[in-house]
Amino acid sequence: MEWTRKDLLGLEELGKEELELVLTTADSFKEVSTREIKKVPALRGKTVVNLFYEPSTRTRVSFEVAAKRLSADVINIAAETSSVKKGETLIDTGRNIQALKADIIVIRHSCSGAAAVLAKNVDICVVNAGDGWHEHPTQALLDIFTLKEKFNKIKGLHVAIVGDIAHSRVARSNIWGLTRLGAQVTVCAPPMLIPAGIEKFGVRVTGDIDDALRTADAVNVLRMQFERDQHNAFPEQLEYFKKFGITRERLEKAKKRIIIMHPGPINRGIEISSEVADCPQSVILEQVTNGIAVRMAVLFLVSQASERRKTA
Amino acid sequence: MSILIKNSRVIDPAHKLDARRDIYIAKNRISRIEEKISLRADTVIDAAGKITVPGLVDMHVHLREPGREDKETVASGTAAALKGGITSMLAMPNTTPSIDSPRSVVLLREIIEQTAGARVFICGAITRGRRGKQLVDIASLKKNGIIAVSDDGSSVDSEALFLKALKAAKKNKIPVVSHCENSLLSAGGVVNLGLLSTRLGLRGISRESEYSRVERDIGLAARAKCPVHIAHVSCKESVEIIARSKKKGIAVTAETAPHYFALTEEAVGDYDTNKKMNPPLRCGADAEAIKQGLREGVIDVIASDHAPHTENEKAVEFDRAEFGVIGLETELAVSITVLVRPGMLTWSECVRKLTINPARILGISGGTLGVGRPADLAIIDPDKEWVVGKEGFISKSKNSAFLGARLRGTVEYTICRGGIVYKDSKWNL
Repeated sequence: MEWTRKDLLGLEELGKEELELVLTTADSFKEVSTREIKKVPALRGKTVVNLFYEPSTRTRVSFEVAAKRLSADVINIAAETSSVKKGETLIDTGRNIQALKADIIVIRHSCSGAAAVLAKNVDICVVNAGDGWHEHPTQALLDIFTLKEKFNKIKGLHVAIVGDIAHSRVARSNIWGLTRLGAQVTVCAPPMLIPAGIEKFGVRVTGDIDDALRTADAVNVLRMQFERDQHNAFPEQLEYFKKFGITRERLEKAKKRIIIMHPGPINRGIEISSEVADCPQSVILEQVTNGIAVRMAVLFLVSQASERRKTA
Repeated sequence: MSILIKNSRVIDPAHKLDARRDIYIAKNRISRIEEKISLRADTVIDAAGKITVPGLVDMHVHLREPGREDKETVASGTAAALKGGITSMLAMPNTTPSIDSPRSVVLLREIIEQTAGARVFICGAITRGRRGKQLVDIASLKKNGIIAVSDDGSSVDSEALFLKALKAAKKNKIPVVSHCENSLLSAGGVVNLGLLSTRLGLRGISRESEYSRVERDIGLAARAKCPVHIAHVSCKESVEIIARSKKKGIAVTAETAPHYFALTEEAVGDYDTNKKMNPPLRCGADAEAIKQGLREGVIDVIASDHAPHTENEKAVEFDRAEFGVIGLETELAVSITVLVRPGMLTWSECVRKLTINPARILGISGGTLGVGRPADLAIIDPDKEWVVGKEGFISKSKNSAFLGARLRGTVEYTICRGGIVYKDSKWNL
């Protein structure tokens, strides 16, 4: 199996073998971060541009660290300080970055489909670091990577995703990736946070958190994005914690070895209790570490495919 | 100048005519329609194997002038219409300024008189600035030349105001064309609410936002005993509500656009902004219900909702792209390909929805052939296959939902006011 895509836009379009290739490549890069000199020359002489239209610290830093450990040069563009404010379109910004002879654009954008628009209009690689509610492929890949580390397999695992599914790109990417690799996914949320027709994507839907946790090998707890609730459609924070919050008491009814994941940043006492966030089964910080390896793998694979296309 | 069209199949639903006829045009009028005419003419068109129909009447067109001449002008829009066999159209009032005052009607009328290549009728706004707050003076707008009113692009949210508009329009004997959308329900949506919006992570526009307003507007029309015309029907429930209302004898008419019966939400694919319009493309069951509605006479009219936008306005993030697609140059071919060829509508039924039905709703005289009438007609090659491409469009804008589609049926000649105003390039050979 060889990676041939110029871009990584989402997990929906990836086949099982492509997903596995990213995971094995990430596995081989994980060791780099444990070395005394945390660097390999895989992307030496390449330029990675982090084009972030939405505030993000953890994803941006993770990509930056990943690129630097591959010896790439990294440029960070935050939309507030760029010519976007002067009315430049996404496509023009992309073409300018290409004209600067950058090799990879990592884009974070509040509009679903923004990474796809960019990818169609530039020849250089585009990696989606989260587009609107659509996809956040590297987050899901690092979630899956972490699961695989813990359970040594994905097929047959029961994974519960709890929280605002409707507005979550993390949920969508996880659903595509996990189901393609043979896991059974249950999504759990209040009805207004379940998007129309989600069960058609091969997931089980429940509004009962105990039901969702009962057979789960892992639970991925999504952050409640109360700041996005323009229409006051979300339940009250305290109400949400009572009904859906992941607590010690709830986990006692779940499988003993259940692991707790969260894409961060966590809201302690809203979607997850402090006690659970810090408990031994919580892999939240391991996810952060694994994010570097996964992003190194993605940057490496798209760059390598581009090189091959150039020489072909 | 005289024109003789020989040997074509002439379809004129208003006269229940569907037969081989010769047509003789003299002094810009149809002077004879007979089985065989052997008069001398300045131009003789041998149209054997072709179909001659009344010039099409498109009752939902955005010509963008005044204000957005970069998207379309009366000149470019009417030229595009003629290529589509359309000789009469209703220009929607969401221009800049909007057509909400006698002054703006006069301005547009002057532009039309000076530059239009086809017949352009003016639709006035229902409310000032189409803001849904203050009723326009329909009587004085009519005096200056409007033939219908609509706030198209927006719905009139206030029931009281819409009721007042219906009554004022009735008093002035002009139709109200209603854009049915409860914006509280559709708020911020960009595609149909359902599987597609979930997959792409886009805000959805519910069916309810349309059909609840269709129901309300028809209810108000019934209460006021005023007619109402429902624009761009996109979903099954709207078709059902209109069917029920017609059965009860309520004076409602309805239109749909070709994309609503030819395409479904899946066509949006990977964020194709040329498939973004309002109302949005819906599901297979909706397209099917619309076809049935056309067949059963629930939907009276096929109109393009021609909505030109520049490439810049479409080459952006899906959320930020303008709503709307062009349609003047594909409306007839899509109708032939999707409705007539598979046997959903007969030729005559299809032509009726593109000609006499909209003409009657608007109270204009076109849409039919008849001895003594001004010669507005189109000659169609019903079989010719073509592929829709950007370069082929006459419209200033290229935002077609049918780019790349293989269609059957082309317009060979369009005659408006007795003159040949469009002919397919091959006839110049």
